Amino acid sequence: MAKRVGMEVALAVAEAVGQCNIDMAAVYPITPQSHIGEHLSDLVADGKIDAEFVTVESEHSAISAIIGASGTGARVYTATSSQGLMLMHEILPIASAMRLPLVMGIANRAVSGPLNILNDHSDIMPQRDSGWISIFVENGQEAIDVSIQAFKIAEHKDVNLPVCVNIDGFQLTHMVEPVEFPDQELVDKFLPPRVPFASLHPSNPVTMGAFAMSDYFTEILKAKDEALKNSKKTILAVWDEWAKMFGRTYKPVETYKADGAEILLLTMGSMGETAEIAIDELRAKGMAVGLVKLRLWRPFPFAEIKEVLKKAKKVLVTDRAVSFGGPGGPVCGEIKAALYNEAERPAIYSYIIGLGGRDVTVGDFTSMIDKVNREEVNTDTYEFLGVRE
Amino acid sequence: MNIVENFDLFAPRLINKKELLSGGHRACSGCGEVLAVRLMCKALGENTVIASATGCMEIVTSMYPTTAWEVPWIHVAFENAAAVASGVEAGLKALRRKGKIADCDIKVVGMAGDGGTMDIGMQALSGAMERGHDMLFVCFDNEAYMNTGIQRSSGTPMGASTTTAPAGKVSMGQKTWKKNMAEIMVAHNVPYVATACPSYPLDFIRKVEKAKKVKGPSYIHCFSVCPTGWRCPSDQTISLGRLAVETGIFPLYEVENGKYKLSAEMPKKLRPIKEYYKSQGRYRHLGEDEIKMIQDRVNKEYKKLLNKVQCLEAWS
Ligand SMILES: Cc1ncc(C[n+]2csc(CCOP(=O)(O)OP(=O)(O)O)c2C)c(N)n1
Ligand code: SF4
Ligand SMILES: [Mg+2]
Repeated sequence: MAKRVGMEVALAVAEAVGQCNIDMAAVYPITPQSHIGEHLSDLVADGKIDAEFVTVESEHSAISAIIGASGTGARVYTATSSQGLMLMHEILPIASAMRLPLVMGIANRAVSGPLNILNDHSDIMPQRDSGWISIFVENGQEAIDVSIQAFKIAEHKDVNLPVCVNIDGFQLTHMVEPVEFPDQELVDKFLPPRVPFASLHPSNPVTMGAFAMSDYFTEILKAKDEALKNSKKTILAVWDEWAKMFGRTYKPVETYKADGAEILLLTMGSMGETAEIAIDELRAKGMAVGLVKLRLWRPFPFAEIKEVLKKAKKVLVTDRAVSFGGPGGPVCGEIKAALYNEAERPAIYSYIIGLGGRDVTVGDFTSMIDKVNREEVNTDTYEFLGVRE
Repeated sequence: MNIVENFDLFAPRLINKKELLSGGHRACSGCGEVLAVRLMCKALGENTVIASATGCMEIVTSMYPTTAWEVPWIHVAFENAAAVASGVEAGLKALRRKGKIADCDIKVVGMAGDGGTMDIGMQALSGAMERGHDMLFVCFDNEAYMNTGIQRSSGTPMGASTTTAPAGKVSMGQKTWKKNMAEIMVAHNVPYVATACPSYPLDFIRKVEKAKKVKGPSYIHCFSVCPTGWRCPSDQTISLGRLAVETGIFPLYEVENGKYKLSAEMPKKLRPIKEYYKSQGRYRHLGEDEIKMIQDRVNKEYKKLLNKVQCLEAWS
C-alpha cells in the first residue's frame, strides 16, 4: 500500500528521488532548494540509497559533475534555485546537445538584483532555450510524481534529454502537505534501470562532447530540436502509464471549469490552486470564467494550448517573470505566438504577478478578471499587478 | 643526454607502443603540448577515462565527426574539466559498487591548459582535489591561452609578450610573476604532485605511472612548449623544454605525501637563463636589465625549492 504522510515538499522530493535508484547526485546549497540536497545526503548517509553524493563547490560544478557521471551510464540528479541555476546556465545547452538524461529539481526563486530569496519564475525563464524538457508542478504530490516520471522520460530511448522539474520555492518546497509515496515495487516496475546508448568505459572507447564546425552544427541543433519536439509523445505515454499504475493523471495543459468559458485565466505552477478558488467565486456569481494551467513549458504544447484557448473570447495570461524591454511576460509571448495563425483567436491580456514572493491572493485574480471583463485593460501592453508607481 | 641518444634501444621496453592518441590530429607542427598528451596516454594505458577542458588539445583532437582519441574521452566546457572528471569518477565508482559495470580499476584523468587549470578552472580543480576523488589532473602549461590567440594567463611568465599583455613602448609585456600552481596543489595536501616536461619523456611517463597508482587525487604540472605562441622554430620544442629545466626556470620535482624530491634530471649547476630568453620571439624585446631581474628571481625561487627539499628531508 502506498503510504500517505504529511511532509515538507522539499523532503518529499528527495524521498521520491531516493526511490529512483539513482547512482549519483551532486547538489550545492541554495535557499529554497537546500532541503532537497540535505535530505538526499541524509538518505545516502543512512544507507537508504546506494549512490555517490558529491559535495561540489558550486552549481557550475554540480551540473558538470552530473554530466560526467551521466556519461558513464549512471542515473544522476541535481537540484538548485535562482543564482545557482543562473550559474549553471552555460552548461545547460551542452547537456542537451550531449543527449544526456539528467534530472534536475528547481525550487523556483527570483533572480538577483536586488537579491531576493522568494518565489517567482525568473530563474527558469532565461533557461528556456537550453533544450531541456521543462515541467511545472502545482503541489507536493505532483512534485513527487513528476520527479519520478522525469527519470523515465529523460532516459527513454526516443528522448535522451535532460528534464527539469519546476517546484515553486517556499510556496511549495517549504509547505508541509499530505502526500502519498508510490510503493517501491511499483516504482521499480515503472522505472527500470537506465540503458545508456553509449558510456564512458574502456571496453568501448567513445568520444563525447566533440566540437563541430558549420558543416555539422546546424544538423546537430536541428536534431536536438526534433528530439525535444518528439519527446512530447514519450511524455504523454509516460503520463498514461503513470495514470494506469498510480491513478493520478497528468496533462501538458490542465483545465479547471474551462468548458464554455468566455474568459480564461492562465497560470503556471503553484498559483493554480489559488486561481481555482477565484474561478469558483466568479462562477458562483454567474461569470463564464475558467482556468488553464500550463504544466509542460518545454516542449511547448502548441496543439493542446490552441485547443483550449481558441474558443474563449479573452485570455488573461499571468507571468511570474519579466522579459525586460520585450513583450512583457515570457509565457504571454509564447501564448500569443501559438495563437497567431488561428483564424479565430481570443484577445490576450498580459499580467506580471507574484515577483520576488509578492503574495497573489484570490482577490487579485478576481479583480484582474473583472477589469479585463469590463475592458479596462489593453491587449497591446502589460501590467505589473499592484505595483506602486 | 644518454637516455635520449639511446631512445630506440630502450623505448620499446620502457614505453607502451600502443598509441592511444592517434595521429592525424590538427596540432601545429612541433607542438609540445600534444606530444605530452600522447606520452601521458601511453603511460596511462587503456583503462583510462579522460575529461578534457576546452583549449588547443580539445580542438585539435575532436573535430566532429572525427576523433583522435582511442580512450574514452569527454569534453564539456572550458572551466569544468575537474568537475566533469569528479562526476566520471563518482559515476564509475557507484556503477562498479552496484555491479552495473565490470569490477576493474579505471583511472579518471582531468586535463586542461594553463588557462583551464590556473585561471578559469581553478575553483573546480580545487574542489575536486579537496574532495579527494581518485583522479589525476594534468595541467598542460604552454604559458598562455593559445587556442584563442596567445592571450596572457596567470601562467604567462614575467616579460613575455602576449596579445593581451603585449610589449610596447612603455610596457615589457607580462608584468606579473608566474603563478606557482604546483605549490597550490601541494597546499591541498594531495598525496602526489609533480612537475614534468615531455622533453624528458621517461621522467614524465614514470611520474604519470606513479600518479596512476595513487588512490586519491594527484596533480602533474606539465611544461609544454608551444612554438606558435612562443614564436620559436618548431624544431626547437624538445631543446627549449630541456633548457627551461636546465636553467631552473621550470624545475622538475615531485612532492609525495608532502615530501619534496628533485628529479634526477635536474643538473647540479643551473645554466644562465639568457640563452633561453634569446631563443624565443615572445622575449625578443627584453633588455639585459630585465633579463637580470628575471635571473635573480629564478635563482631565488630555485633556492626556495632546494630549501624545501632539504628541510623536509630532515623533518621526515
Ligand atoms: C567560459 C569561457 N570563456 C572563454 C572561452 C574561450 N576560450 C576557449 S579556450 C581558451 C584558452 C585556453 O587556454 P589554455 O587553457 O591555456 O589552453 P591552450 O589552448 O593554451 O592549450 C579560451 C579563453 C571559453 N571557451 N569559455
Ligand atoms: S598553438 Fe601551441 S599548443 Fe596549440 S596546437 Fe599549436 S603548438 Fe600546440
Ligand atoms: Mg595555454
